[in-house]
Amino acid sequence: MTTPTLSASQSPWQLFWRRFRKHVMAMFSLFLMGLISLLIAFAPLLATQDPMKQNLRNRFQPPSAAHWMGTDDLGRDLWTRILYGGRISLTVGMLAMAVSVVLGSLIGLFSGYYGGWIDSLLMRLTEIFLSIPRLFVLIALGMFLRSLDLPNLQAGSFFPIALVIGTLSWMGTARMVRASTLALREREFVQACRALGGSDWRILFQHILPNVASPIIVSATLGLSGAIISESGLSYLGFGVQLPTPTWGNMLSNTQSQMTTAPWTAIFPGMMIFLVVISINYIGDGLRDALDPRHTPR
Amino acid sequence: MINYLLRRFAQAILTLLVVSFILFGLISAVPGGFMTVYAEKSDMNPEDLARIRAKLGLDDPIPVRYVKWLGSLLQGDWGKSLVSKRPVLEEISSRLPNTLLLMSLMLICTLLIAIPLGIFSAIKQYSWFDHFFTTLAFAGQSLPVFWFGLLLIIVFAVLLRGPDGNPLLPGAGMYTLGEPFSLWDRIRHLILPVSMLTFVSSAEYMRYMRSAMLDVIHEDYIRTARAKGLREWKVIFKHAFRNAIIPMATLVSLDLPSLFGGALFTETIFAWPGIGRLYFTAALKNDYPLVMATLIIYSGLIILSNLLVDFVYATLDPRIRLS
Repeated sequence: MTTPTLSASQSPWQLFWRRFRKHVMAMFSLFLMGLISLLIAFAPLLATQDPMKQNLRNRFQPPSAAHWMGTDDLGRDLWTRILYGGRISLTVGMLAMAVSVVLGSLIGLFSGYYGGWIDSLLMRLTEIFLSIPRLFVLIALGMFLRSLDLPNLQAGSFFPIALVIGTLSWMGTARMVRASTLALREREFVQACRALGGSDWRILFQHILPNVASPIIVSATLGLSGAIISESGLSYLGFGVQLPTPTWGNMLSNTQSQMTTAPWTAIFPGMMIFLVVISINYIGDGLRDALDPRHTPR
Repeated sequence: MINYLLRRFAQAILTLLVVSFILFGLISAVPGGFMTVYAEKSDMNPEDLARIRAKLGLDDPIPVRYVKWLGSLLQGDWGKSLVSKRPVLEEISSRLPNTLLLMSLMLICTLLIAIPLGIFSAIKQYSWFDHFFTTLAFAGQSLPVFWFGLLLIIVFAVLLRGPDGNPLLPGAGMYTLGEPFSLWDRIRHLILPVSMLTFVSSAEYMRYMRSAMLDVIHEDYIRTARAKGLREWKVIFKHAFRNAIIPMATLVSLDLPSLFGGALFTETIFAWPGIGRLYFTAALKNDYPLVMATLIIYSGLIILSNLLVDFVYATLDPRIRLS
């Protein structure tokens, strides 16, 4: 690996970008994610129909000029539902990721910084969360949410799912942040701040947090793809976001019985999940190479 | 040593208690809960329902109910399925062999594929072989498993036809209905679910094996082995491989509990009558005792395997038990 020549004009951001650009797959993925995000953001303009509009005389139409991705079992346009479903899938993913990153970072920071009984308590908590079978408990929680019979409002139906996925996936981040905090706690700049009378709060959030930002960003990226997979799996099984609100996961849920007559209903939504997840994972890979100087790209 | 092991054991028991309390609280908090079975019968009047509630002890506070539940659990009474009315332990143990068959085949195939691929990718780092398989593994890790299963069905059980005009491979179940047991029939039913599971888990294992191998290859003792003139294959297999396999063994032992849970998606998609599918249908039908029992056994196995890994490490590495 060549060490980039340092010149006075290069900001950390430029350095980061120079390294990130070298990762071809990450750059390509960034482009693809940008494109998909734009499509989803402008869904109302790009959609050819109403995502909920049923047309039973038009069911199981193969892909054509009128229906780019064909129609489903209720005659709804798949392209339209993919665009609107993407909004929910990505929003749930982002929310769940945010919950898990905030929880994981806070728990890791407090545990590593304070040590003692706080550390023991928080690490026991982490261990407890690590010893529950994640998918099985997600299903049980989905069962719980389903029985609450929430109104099928846009926000009402997917917010709890995101919260649940997030609260079950912060453990890795917490352990990593804790380890970094433990090492940083003894460093001179932290000691200096303490000697100058800086409060714990100031040390934690102004001095330690910026130094663990890079690994947090990387684990947030991987957390995002994990959350999208979790949501789609859960919705596929019928325990996530409930129909008729489309998500890429629940669009797949009834397709197994339609495989012989309308395979496209199963192919397109899954392809979107795959493309988004692999792109995010490649971006995460590129971020890790670019942010962590010690990590040699493999 | 004994002290360390006892402490870890006590911690594990405590973890299991807390986990079971959380899970119990969660399941008990489901609105309606056990009573939905009775409430659905239209001829029940509210007074009857209230009487049944009181008789079942559902009006007690959750901690009281938890202690009662734990007590009967310890006496071997895990409750009856609300749907089949059979004891839940019986239900679970009747499905266990199917899951173990599927999962152990998967584990064997995965190790046979992932370990050689990981080793060769590491030895030939940055070759086309390495690039091809690391990319494939990366894709495999990003693949939504259930979608992959659907694709396998579309290709092998719908599109491709055998010489007799029937689909090439069966896409559901464990045996062909109405036919006597035959080994060939069972194998045909196993091919798709096992391939689906193997592909996905090989991706993870292969990447892990590769990076473990890369870590070892750059160690000093490998350079020494080469310097003293050992043949390359001997360096790789006698010196590097034996050290790189240790983290793999940890990964496998931490994955062992999932042999019980099986592959929920695979079993659901391929209608394989194992634990995963049992759990899924139980959750769909709000069969709380069955859901609860499966969760507890699964969590218990995870905690147990963590404990075993700790024990093995403590015996191997004196630094751990002393710290």
